[in-house]
Amino acid sequence: MSAPASGLAQIGKSVFIKGELSGSEDLYLDGQVEGSIALKGNSLTVGPNGQVKASIDAKGVVVQGKLEGNIQASERVELRKSAIVTGDITTQRILIEEGASLKGKVDTHRTDAK
Amino acid sequence: MSSVSQTFMKLFRGSSGPESIPAQGAQKLTRRSSGLGELSRSWESAEGLCVLDLGSTSPTNIRHFTEHGHRIYSEDLLTASTDPELLTKDEHGIAALDSRKFLAENLVYPAAHFDVVLGWNLPDYLDESLVKPVVGRLWSVLKPGGMLLAFFHTRDAGPDSPCHRFHIVGADTLEMQKIVLRPEARRGPTGTVRTAVADGFQLQRVFNNRHIENLFRDFASIKFFLARDNIREVLVVR
Repeated sequence: MSAPASGLAQIGKSVFIKGELSGSEDLYLDGQVEGSIALKGNSLTVGPNGQVKASIDAKGVVVQGKLEGNIQASERVELRKSAIVTGDITTQRILIEEGASLKGKVDTHRTDAK
Repeated sequence: MSSVSQTFMKLFRGSSGPESIPAQGAQKLTRRSSGLGELSRSWESAEGLCVLDLGSTSPTNIRHFTEHGHRIYSEDLLTASTDPELLTKDEHGIAALDSRKFLAENLVYPAAHFDVVLGWNLPDYLDESLVKPVVGRLWSVLKPGGMLLAFFHTRDAGPDSPCHRFHIVGADTLEMQKIVLRPEARRGPTGTVRTAVADGFQLQRVFNNRHIENLFRDFASIKFFLARDNIREVLVVR
């Protein structure tokens, strides 16, 4: 499992957030979030303890934990071996490790430029 | 066997048996698949197909289809069927899985949505109470003219045939890998008692040709391919 880089914005595993989460820097999320996450131009990492029920819009998304919701990534999505994802993924590039579980659609067609 | 009958059998034996792949870590086998070969011609000549893979999540299959510019949906129905909350009793008081609840939570897609469904060996391992409802739902989510590929064991395969997941590694070549259930999916003596054994799944039944034809009677056409590894491949068209 990759640990969060120092200096990276983090949400720890004891934190629960309900609502809209947005920002303009990379985020490491190891807690619980329900709602939506918008990090346009930046990356989101859902850590191994992360439990997310949210739609995600970001440049890059790495999932190690549990995610329910659609992912819209302008560049790249990575599902690590411990990832359990329920939702549709739209991105340009995707990497899925052996052992990851996905229930949903994968669409690698180019997203509209914004 | 006479030369005529040998020639006749060759027509059907389009697929070869499994072969070992050395040094792959986990045991993996490759097999030629005539059904896949015929099906793959459709996705190699078309663009933007909608494909539904009903096996365990396969990075190989997702890469295969996305590289061809198709959309792939992944849904592991066999593991989903181990949910203990599905357990109910039928009209005779016999334990069964609740197919309505199962279909309310799984295979939820618009009608006529998919061009291709990869059913793999799902009907052989799925609980009896779910087989016909699932095939009915697959008919409705396939486009008219859409195709479904499924594999059935023959009686000679034996009751202990392991349940495999399938990775597409060539136009007519599959890599087979024994399914090992995640620990959290081994749910004990409730939903899984009927299908799951130890860390895998148990063959539930052996369909003969007539059973298979009956199962897919609402489809427009059905084609059988006999393989040497006691597998009967079936390609049906809605």
